[in-house]
Amino acid sequence: MGSQHGMPSGRGTAAGRDNVAVLRGVHYAVDHKPVFRGLDVAIGRGDITAIMGPSGTGKTTLLRLITGQIRADAGTVEVDGRDVAGLGRRELYALRRRMGMLFQNGALLTDLDVFENVAFPLREHARLPERLVRSLVLTKLHAVGLRGAAWLMPQQLSGGMARRVALARAIVMDPEILIYDEPFAGLDPISMGVVMRLIRSLNDALGISSIVVSHDVDEIAKIADQSYILSEGRVVAHGSPRELGEHASPIVRQFMEGLADGPVPFHYPAPDYYRQLLGAGDGAR
Amino acid sequence: MSLVRELLSGMADFLARAGAMTRFFGRLLLIAPAGLLRPRLVAEQVYNAGALSLAIIMTSGLFVGMVMGLQGHDLLARIGSEESLGTGAALTLLKELGPVVTALLFAGRAGTALASEIGLMRATDQLSAMEVMAVDPLKRVVLPRFLGGVISMPLLTAIFVTVSIYGVQLIGVQYFGIDRGQFWSEMRSYVEPADVREGLIKGLVFGVACSFIAVFEGYNAEPTAEGVGRATTRTVVVSSVATLVLDYIVTAILL
Repeated sequence: MGSQHGMPSGRGTAAGRDNVAVLRGVHYAVDHKPVFRGLDVAIGRGDITAIMGPSGTGKTTLLRLITGQIRADAGTVEVDGRDVAGLGRRELYALRRRMGMLFQNGALLTDLDVFENVAFPLREHARLPERLVRSLVLTKLHAVGLRGAAWLMPQQLSGGMARRVALARAIVMDPEILIYDEPFAGLDPISMGVVMRLIRSLNDALGISSIVVSHDVDEIAKIADQSYILSEGRVVAHGSPRELGEHASPIVRQFMEGLADGPVPFHYPAPDYYRQLLGAGDGAR
Repeated sequence: MSLVRELLSGMADFLARAGAMTRFFGRLLLIAPAGLLRPRLVAEQVYNAGALSLAIIMTSGLFVGMVMGLQGHDLLARIGSEESLGTGAALTLLKELGPVVTALLFAGRAGTALASEIGLMRATDQLSAMEVMAVDPLKRVVLPRFLGGVISMPLLTAIFVTVSIYGVQLIGVQYFGIDRGQFWSEMRSYVEPADVREGLIKGLVFGVACSFIAVFEGYNAEPTAEGVGRATTRTVVVSSVATLVLDYIVTAILL
């Protein structure tokens, strides 16, 4: 256990000067079950980088590694050239202030209204006059089209609206890196389109780097600059959406074309079907 | 053999949990001064844990007092000293019944609310979202709730005892016709400030225990519906037992 410290920094190395986050040879296991087995990912500065892969491949775990919520068992996770595992609590929090993260379900604070949710990071980290807080929050809410919903409680919002409020909250501190965990999951086509356009326009207008975890292949292909496909703890393919579309590997084909069976089997490992139906085998139910 | 193994693993679990609780308590104490810098957050929680528990505390207090009036009168009438009802009831309530019943009610009302609220915040990623926003959930969520509970409990105890004594008076004086002057003057001459202090100290100790158990269980709840349910149940069970055990310890020390 324990992370390897002292590896070369992300800047000026093979990973290139233009990477905002670099994961190198990352191993991570939960209850002795490996999630990552030598993962290498580089997040380009100013890009929208998509992290894709079948469910359960540790996409969200990857985000938690980048934000320093968990630490790799081996390998390094560098953000802006600094090894996240080597940071103390204060430094880690300083780094996190430069990141914004959109959680899968929004993760809005349920005891605060929309306005206060967006104002939350400002109130926690900056002593600003109320007038300034008000205009900053309303500006961000306007950017996601929900200025009119400022006084609603999170319980009164639809799934898509909650995610847009969470997005406004994620950008209120003007982050340099925006992280999205499954931003399209469970959204209707209109909300999905809205969120998609927001990801692209925020990335370009604010000049930030975005990391989007998703398995909505078609949607992500329209906005991503580069994509990684993960499977069984490693990167199985990486490149622009067009390059991935032409990739020959069976696992990439299965994923991109949404085939039920292939290298990722349709069936969870099970004993022989007929024998089990006939009640044969020990402990058969 | 398997019994021994089970016993050992049970003991290991218990020790691990006790260790985790001690560490968590230490961290809370370490960051407690930060809570003083955010008095508004603490005041909100005094309202949530304290003011919102008033109805149940006062109703229960009144009925506990009235039952004490009935039982106390029955008991004292047998030895012909009904006029001591006020003193006996006040001492019992101040020193024992008040803090203990308040703590049990507090664990059921405020403790479960705290545990399930924090547990749900964990289950819906609100605590993770705070961490990613570089906000320490221990300081922002757990500490104000803990301090709010600690401040509320002695106050609730005082209110419970006051209402209960009024309930005793209602039955003793209004119903059984004990002389009002004798009821109050005897109480005043026999109840010492030390008795009031004992009640408040117990209220404070139970407040620390019940609030701590509630925030600990909530914060460490498994992030699922069952996990939050289990944490809430454990809050009531552990708080109740802890209250009774601590009651013995504090009484033994103070007497």
